[in-house]
Order: sequence, then C-alpha cells, then structure tokens
Amino acid sequence: MDKTEKLLEVSGLRVTFKTHGGEVNAVRDVNFTLNKGETLAIVGESGCGKSVTARSIMRLIPEHIGKIAGGSIHFKGQDLAKLPEKQMRELRGKEISMIFQDAMTSLNPTITIGEQIMEGIIRHQKVTRSEAKRQAIEILTLVGIANPESRLKQYLHQFSGGMRQRIMIAIALVCKPSILIADEPTTALDVTIQAQIIELFKSIQQKTGVSIIIITHDLGVVAKIADRVNVMYAGKVVETGPVRDIFYNPQHPYTKGLLASMPRLDSDRSIPLSPIPGTPPDLFSPPIGCAFAARCDYALEVCRNYQPAETHVHSKHAVSCWLQDPRAKKLLASMQPPTGT
Amino acid sequence: MIVSDDLFVPMRKDNLNAEAIVRPQLTFWQEAWLRLRGNKLALMGLVVIVLLGVMATIGPLISGHEYAKQSIIMKNKPPSEANWFGTDDFGRDVFTRVWYGARISLFVGLTAALIDFFIGVLYGGIAGYLGGRIDNIMMRFVDILYGLPYLLVVILLMVVMGPGLLTIIIALSATGWIGMARTVRGQVLQMKNSEYVLAAKTMGAKPFYIIRKHLLPNTIGIIIVYVTLSVPSAIFAEAFLSFLGLGIQAPMASWGVMANDGLPTILSGHWWRLFFPAFLISLTMLAFNVLGDGLRDAFDPKSRR
Amino acid sequence: MLSFVFRRFISMIVTLWLIITLTFFLMHAVPGSPFEKEGKALNEAVAANLNAYYNLDKPLLVQYGLYLQKLVQFDLGPSIANSSDTVNKMIARGFPVSFQLGLISVVFAIVTGIALGVIAALRHNRLIDYLAMIIAVIGISVPSFVVASLLIKYLAVEWKLLPTATWGTWQHVIMPALALAFGPIAIIARLTRTNMLEVLTQEYIETARAKGLSPATIVLKHALRNAILPVVTLLGALIANVLTGSFVIEKIFAIPGMGKYFVAGINNRDYSVIMGTTVFYSALLIFLMFVVDVLYGIIDPRIKLHRKESEG
Repeated sequence: MDKTEKLLEVSGLRVTFKTHGGEVNAVRDVNFTLNKGETLAIVGESGCGKSVTARSIMRLIPEHIGKIAGGSIHFKGQDLAKLPEKQMRELRGKEISMIFQDAMTSLNPTITIGEQIMEGIIRHQKVTRSEAKRQAIEILTLVGIANPESRLKQYLHQFSGGMRQRIMIAIALVCKPSILIADEPTTALDVTIQAQIIELFKSIQQKTGVSIIIITHDLGVVAKIADRVNVMYAGKVVETGPVRDIFYNPQHPYTKGLLASMPRLDSDRSIPLSPIPGTPPDLFSPPIGCAFAARCDYALEVCRNYQPAETHVHSKHAVSCWLQDPRAKKLLASMQPPTGT
Repeated sequence: MIVSDDLFVPMRKDNLNAEAIVRPQLTFWQEAWLRLRGNKLALMGLVVIVLLGVMATIGPLISGHEYAKQSIIMKNKPPSEANWFGTDDFGRDVFTRVWYGARISLFVGLTAALIDFFIGVLYGGIAGYLGGRIDNIMMRFVDILYGLPYLLVVILLMVVMGPGLLTIIIALSATGWIGMARTVRGQVLQMKNSEYVLAAKTMGAKPFYIIRKHLLPNTIGIIIVYVTLSVPSAIFAEAFLSFLGLGIQAPMASWGVMANDGLPTILSGHWWRLFFPAFLISLTMLAFNVLGDGLRDAFDPKSRR
Repeated sequence: MLSFVFRRFISMIVTLWLIITLTFFLMHAVPGSPFEKEGKALNEAVAANLNAYYNLDKPLLVQYGLYLQKLVQFDLGPSIANSSDTVNKMIARGFPVSFQLGLISVVFAIVTGIALGVIAALRHNRLIDYLAMIIAVIGISVPSFVVASLLIKYLAVEWKLLPTATWGTWQHVIMPALALAFGPIAIIARLTRTNMLEVLTQEYIETARAKGLSPATIVLKHALRNAILPVVTLLGALIANVLTGSFVIEKIFAIPGMGKYFVAGINNRDYSVIMGTTVFYSALLIFLMFVVDVLYGIIDPRIKLHRKESEG
C-alpha cells in the first residue's frame, strides 16, 4: 500500500491546562503528519504530552480545564482545532476513533456489550437495530471473539482482560474510521495478550487500511507495529523518523537514553541497563532552552537558553537538538565521548 | 537564529537545578486550608458559627432580661427597644431566650458530635485495625444497629429515661456513633490493605509511625467532615424531640421547644415567637452544612489539581 | 444471588428480633406502674385487676414470652390508656392515611430530587447548579416543621389557596406532602449531583464521547443510570426519614395517621401503644430495606462481582 498520502497534519499544536498552581503547558508546538494506512507511534515518558496530543485530535480534552491554545489539526480539508463541537461529534467514532488503556474502566459496566457496540453504528449510519446487530456480530468476529451473537447480551465483567480490549477495538472500528488512535492499548495487559492484540492491530490494518496512531512508552510495542515514530519530551516532539532510523540511528540523546534503558534479548547481560537520570522538567514553567538539557550527558551551554531548531538527518528523519549544529559536532569530535555510552 | 559560537562548550551542570522553578510544595493542611479559603460559602459558614457561639455566650447577658422571668403585662409584645425580639406568651424576653436556647442547642450538638467521634473512632479504628474475626463480630453488631430506625430508637430512649438535657445527649450518642464507626473502619481497612502501607511496612516502619504518617492524614479529613456534619444533625434531632414534647423542659429553652411553643402564632400573628428560633435553627444547620461540605471538598485528595 | 438474599433475610429477622427485645425491656425498665398518673395511685384492687389484664403480674421473662407469642400472630396488644382500643385497630385506622401521605411524599421527593441533581451536575459551577444546591442546602437545614409553618402561613392563611389542616380531599395532601418531601428532595438532589459528577469523569463516558454520541444520549444512557443506582440504596433511609418526619407533620396538620397515635402514645406514656407502633414501624422499615437491597442486586449487574471483591 502506498503510505505517502497525507491524512492528518498537526502543526504548531499547543495545549494548556489550568490548575491551582498556574497554567501547565502540556503540549508545546507539536508538528507531525499521519499518512494513509500507516502506523505512527508516539513514545515518551509519562506526562510528556503524548496522550494530550492524541486527545487534542479527538478534541477530547477536559472542558473548562484544558484548551487548545494554538496550532491547527488538518484532516480532510477541515481544521479540527477550530471545528464546532457539533461537527466534531459527527467525526468522532466515524472518521476518527479512539481506544483507551484500560478497557475495564473505559466500557460501561451496566450496559450490555452489544448495546455499546451498536449505539455507535446507529448514531453514525442511521440503520435499523437488526442491521446494527448484524454489523456488531461481524466486527466481533473480526476482532476474534467467539460466539459473538450470544456474547452481545453479556456485560463487561463477564469478559477477560484481553477480550475486553478486543471489544474496545471492535467499538472503535465498527464505523470503519480512517484514523484509529490507541492510547496505551497494551499497557494493562499480560505480555502474551499484548502480542495477540498487536497482531490484531496489524491484521485489521491490512484488512481495512486504517491509519493508526499508537501512544505508548513501550519500545517493544513500537518495534513490532510502527512504521514511523515520534519521540516526545516535555510537550515537544524531539525526534521523528521511520522506525528503523529511530532504533538503529537515534540522534537525540533522549531517544538514545530511551533505547539504552530498554531490555533486549540480544544484549550483553553483563552490561547493566542504563536508566536516564533525573526527572522531566516542570511544565508549569518550561525551561527557556532545551527541556532535556538538565538530564543530558552531552548538554552544551547553548542548550540552557536557546531552543534547538529542527534538523533533518534525511528527508524523513528529523531531530531537534543542538548537537546537530556543525559547531557542536566539531566540539564532540575534539573530545573523548563520556564512558559507558 | 544567530547563536554565539562560544556557547558551544559543555554545560556547567551545577547551577542547572538552581534555575529550575518547581511547583510550590504544600503540606496536607496547607493545601486543605488553601482550598477551604477559596470556598466563600464555607468560610461564611465558619464565620456564622463563630458569631452564633459569641452570641450564645454574651446574648443572654447583654439583653438586660432574665430568660425565665415571666410578666403578665409584657405578654406577646412585638419586637421593640426594650425587647429586641419581642416577648412570648409568658412575657419572657425572646431575645434572651433564643440565645439561651442557642447555648443548649449548640451544647447538645457539639457534645453529641464529640461523643460520637470518640466512640466511633475508637470502635471503628479497633475493628478495622484488628480485622479478621473480631472485626467481623464487631461489624455484625454495628450493621444490626445501623438497620434500626435511628430517631425511633432515640424517641424510645427518651420515653424511658424521661426528658432532659442529659438524656437527650445520651439518647443521641447511643445511636450517633454508628455511622462514624463504619466510616472509620472502612477507611482503616482500606488503608491497611493499601500498597503504600505495605510498602512502608516492608521498609520496616513501626505501627505507630504508620498510624501517624499514613492512617491519620488519610482519615482525618473524613473524620473532621463527619464531626462537622453530625453537629447539625444532633441539633436537628434535639429540635425534633423538643417539638414532640420529649426534649428540654420549661423554664429552660431550646430552639425546638420555642418553635413548638410558637407554632400557634401562625394563626395568632405573633410571628416573632416562631420566626426567631426557627430562623436560628435553620441558620445554624445551614452554617454547619456548608462548612462540612467545604471541608469535604478541601480534604478530598481527588479534587486536588 | 440467592445466598445473598437468604443471608440478608436472616439478618433482617435478627434485627427485627433485636428491636422487639430492646423495645420490650426498655419499656418495662420504666420505673413505676403505667397506671399511675402524676402521683395519683390507683385503688389497689383495681391496679391488681389491670396488672392481671395486661399480664403485668407475671415474671418479666414470661411476659416477654407471651408478647413474642402474640407478635407471631400479628397481635400487637391492647392500649393501656384506652382499654377498649388495640394497637392493631389503631394501625388499621391510621396506617392507610400515613401510607398515602408517605407514598406521595416519597415519589415526589425522588422525582424532584433526581431531576434537580441531574440538572445541577450538567450545569456544574453555573448559576443553575448554585441555585439547585442552595435549595438543597436549605432543604437539609430547615426543619420540616418550619417548612410546614411557612406553607400554612402563606398558602393557607394569607392566600387561602389550601385548607389549613386535617385530612380528606386532595387539597389536604399538598402541604403536608411538600413539607415532608422537602428534606428528602435535598438529600436526593445532592447525592444525585455528586454521583453524576463522579460518573461524568469516568472513562466510559469518554469512550461514549469518542463514539460521537450527543451529550443528551451520553447523559441519559450512560451517566444517569449509573448515577442514580446509589440513590436506590438511599431509599431505606429516605423512607425512615419520611416516616419519622410524619410524626411532626401529622401533628402540625392534625392528620389522623399513625404518627398521631404514636405521638399521643408518647404524651400519654401509653407504653403498649409506643411498643406496638415502634415494633410495627421497625418491621415495616426493616422489611423495606430488605426489599431495597434485593432490588439493588437485581438492577445492578455488577453486584455479584462487587460482593466478591469486597469480601476478598
């Protein structure tokens, strides 16, 4: 499949939240695109703004507290950042769907599974109940649930963890959306179930051509499923590129740090995993310069007060780091790299 | 962007942290107070309660009348310069009597709430802390008591013990502690099974340390709220009992008694005899209720943002 | 589920037995004979006769046994103040009236309370929310006898819209039902609002929004049902509230209901009436609470799971 046709374009996105302590800049100037039929992974630590970015696309940021403070989200000729809520509602579940981390809390415990699947169909396709039921059975079969007809009448607590996640996926896919956003879809699952769900994502993508944005902090999941990766740190995308480049040619010290802290089967066990020291900055008052500078082994004086610009490693691989500056490269070449990396 | 070349040197790490501005760290009490202070309604409740307390103390003294002094000539006089809230059908000064009644109503409310607090926390705390079989037996007992209609039991006790201030407090406390015990026990049990207490134990924390550092801060909010809200319910119960003729006896006055005596004035037009006690009961209940609600919001960790 | 109903039934019987016993011994712990009135002692022969008639001459435990025996046959015994009357007859006369008033109040309270709570939650932190909550706080703070007095003063005395007191036509029901429902409305409205706000932050509401459902559908289908489930558990307390409230309200409006007999029993120190009505009220309440608990188990499909979790 040709994966170059642009489907979604996010540019200059900024999201802020009001709190007692002041305003939090959760997402600070994020840019990326999503192509048709591809899987984009957004990775980063907790609180880096990856979930907020995804929710902004759905416009599901809590009202009154959070707001899209700037930027645009272009999708099929519309700017979702500015679309009236009523029109946005037409898109949700039909064009763009979302699934959440914990199916146990994300599905209604007192309504049957069938009803929860069918209500989306009826809402968007204006079909009869029997037609909706037929589609619900079809989608449950697609996500691999046996005896779908009798399962429709059951409640959430009658399903296992993996089955619940499959139902979530079924609900999201039932109206054949063009984008599926999955927020930590495998985090709450056992490893074996994780693998099954990832396989399910892949097979569904093959069958339906849906574009997937997967949000995760698990690089193992990224390696298995993603075409491209956005690495986020403190509300910004610090590195973006095809999954191979990110894994085999990481440029940003943060990306390198993430990879170094991930256990691998093929790695030498005598070398301990190296966690990234320190914690992300406080987004109440984001740093003026590079947000990662305080934790970065290679930080330069310039990182303190100046934001690094985006540099292209090649046409699809970009990174925002001062180390890409020729002057920094010269400096690095003249020095011995710190031991242990 | 033009950046000077000489900035391309390794960063001096030492002063980086000094520049980082972090969110102000607040203690549990500071944060609760901060949030309570933001709640105008709750603050008003607090102010009203303080004012009521002050008036209950000095009210009967500044009026220049005695609460039980009767006078046939002064019968049913409307509010005037001499009798600020008018007089009742025995010619007694209503102003003096409502503040005298405030003493009794507040005394009943606060004492009953405090007794509930002590018995409830002790009983619930022990049941929750010991757990297992003892907890089971203790809670079965509480569950059965909880199933009893509370005011009916209070009425029964009042009938048996006869009317009076002390018996009201005993009757109210006999049933009032149950809710508190259930709440505290639930909290303790939940806390005891929580992973952070397990973590503290794993690190060798002693029981007293766990109680002080984990149990107390996590339950104290709920307990304070409960006590605050049990004051108005005790005051209400007293008014209710007095209204049924089971409460304080003449010549002593409580708001419930005065409201009951004032009831016929709806028809006779001596409105002040019903209005002032009824208004003060409502105001007191209102003040404690809004303060209790405010405290609940202030202590609720879930509402922190 | 069945074992839950059974266990709940057993605990109902135990509670009932406990209150019967408690009432019995409390009533017999009152010093002096019930026939003495303010120091006026009765003729000894008359007293002995009366004691024999009411079984008061027998040992306490025997009296207790006889009382239980009669209770099992639904005989609540005779009145002491008026020997020609029995508690059963009083209930037969008073209960239909109280039941009618109580039912109207409860239904009115539930409907209004839930509506108020839902509206407040949906308009959280806006004018209508504040108004609803002010009404609710006033409802909790203002005793029913004050509400009743105000209603009488304006609706009956000043504007002459409704009859002042007593019982009979539908106009007679309005004021006492309003006064009785006022407090419960407040309690239900607050509970509904709190639950509703809590439910609205649940992730399944987010999922419903992610499906593109309209706010109305989300509220009616996903939120409301789960938000008012806990209100069902409140029903027991609500009925108890209305019941005890009716003592005062029936007194104010001179309504010939159960409350009237109970309060008259208290004032006359008619111990067998107090005992009989208390037992009747308690049995009624405890039975209703049992029904509510069982109902809750049927309405909420999660209940089995919950029980397992809370016991584990």
